[in-house]
Amino acid sequence: MSGADFTPNEMMTIAASRALKNEDVCFVGIGAPSAACNIARLTHAPDITLIYESGTIGTAPDVLPLSIGDGELCDTALTTVPVPEMFRYWLQGGRITIGFLGAAQLDRFGNINTTVVGDYDHPKVRLPGGGGAPEIASSSQEVFITLAQSKRSMVEKIDFYTSFGHGEGGDHRQRLGIDTKGPTLLITDMAIWKPDPETKEFTVVSLHPGVTRDHVQETCGWTVLFADDVEETPPPSALELATLRDLKARTEKAHKGA
Amino acid sequence: MVRFLPLSEAVAENLNDGDSVAFEGFTHLIPTAAAHEAIRQEFSDLTLIRMTPDVVYDQMVGMGMAKKLVFSYAGNPGVGLLRRLRDAVENGFPRPVEVEEHSHAAMANAYEAGAAGLPCAVFRGYRGAELARVNPNIRRIACPFTGEELAAVPALRPDVSFIHAQKADLKGNVLIEGIVGVQKEAALAARRAVVTVEEVVDDFDDLHPNLCILPHWTVSAISVVPGGAHPSYTHGYYARDNAAYLEWDGIAADRDAFRAWMEEHVLQAVPEDFARRVETLRADR
Repeated sequence: MSGADFTPNEMMTIAASRALKNEDVCFVGIGAPSAACNIARLTHAPDITLIYESGTIGTAPDVLPLSIGDGELCDTALTTVPVPEMFRYWLQGGRITIGFLGAAQLDRFGNINTTVVGDYDHPKVRLPGGGGAPEIASSSQEVFITLAQSKRSMVEKIDFYTSFGHGEGGDHRQRLGIDTKGPTLLITDMAIWKPDPETKEFTVVSLHPGVTRDHVQETCGWTVLFADDVEETPPPSALELATLRDLKARTEKAHKGA
Repeated sequence: MVRFLPLSEAVAENLNDGDSVAFEGFTHLIPTAAAHEAIRQEFSDLTLIRMTPDVVYDQMVGMGMAKKLVFSYAGNPGVGLLRRLRDAVENGFPRPVEVEEHSHAAMANAYEAGAAGLPCAVFRGYRGAELARVNPNIRRIACPFTGEELAAVPALRPDVSFIHAQKADLKGNVLIEGIVGVQKEAALAARRAVVTVEEVVDDFDDLHPNLCILPHWTVSAISVVPGGAHPSYTHGYYARDNAAYLEWDGIAADRDAFRAWMEEHVLQAVPEDFARRVETLRADR
């Protein structure tokens, strides 16, 4: 990626932010999704409703929260509701247009594992678990996923189905009675992926500037499919990049503590 | 009827070996001081319930007090994994821990069902999720009106719930504000509820009429512990000690470093130490 004055991680966050609309009601996962959602809010989607599972609705944090329940989220929210209400009325009630998730392990059909590496009863690594994700994945109208590519995170077969994407592909969601769209977009530090309309396998539709097909394949654990017509992701604008770097700098300063 | 007690007495009178106990708090208002008091009093064989067991459950598990965990997200929020909990689950150190794992939606619904006096919670969840395969307490139920298949989990009814709140009035009514989490439900679902508060005020007469209040007759004991949620925070009083959460990752990574830290900051400490720990965080507000 010679000559580029932005990092792959910055490109990922900015590409993800562009996928969000001003009218969206977005249930925000912590980490990479949180950065992307707030860049959207600070650039092209000032009226987007950001919801964190701690119950904060319409939050507009000045710095990125370290946890999903930082005081900053409540201070800047339109309203804060109890956690049972959050999951019942707002998520299960169908009010969320986009569930935005990260992943420890992801497969080609957008199924996510954040529970264990290895066997559930005798895990090699005990990960934190699903938290809100299993129902965010099934009750949000659609799901966006963002993660940095690596062979460890993008695998042929995940060890545990924490959050259901398209299962084995095709109409697997409908067969289980899940009436929402599921994963419709995957944004990595290399590319933008969308599910094939029939098989539901994630397919590269746009490569970030300077990224080759080999780069994508070398950092992915399954054989990558490319769309017939692969585009190039527009590079970050000066405004997008400045907004992201300012936000990161404010955040780092705040989290270092007093 | 509620009683104002020193924390050591409130914990001793309401917690027993073998109890199922929730120290609830959703990032905000985590009852750390109460958990540390339980550690000092060396309770054992506890079933620890909490949606987001973080640092305090890492400490209790690391001290060998837990025989079972009921949870939905066992991480250090924004930082990573819980290393004492991992050592228990992966290596059985210092003792094996039984795990009953749910999603947030399930736990929140289960507390609400407990508070509502229902035997189980019914919700649209776990569709396609593999937890339903490994947790026998996740079952399916058909809606008797539409036939839709829904998830069911047992109601949560802890023997005792500990929560932290902003303030109590002289009668023992309790006010919670900010991110209220699932504490009201956890308190009302439990057989006994113990609350630590930042301060006691005369009354709540001039406050907003729709605040989250636990009436005094729903609470067993109240202890005044300023700073009692640290390194979590109390909205309106002091900020979250994010640096402490980051530091915990290193402390918990090593069995000996963990024991040494617990000796100094918990076993040899007193509830009054919490006020000092939040002094610099108050200035942030």
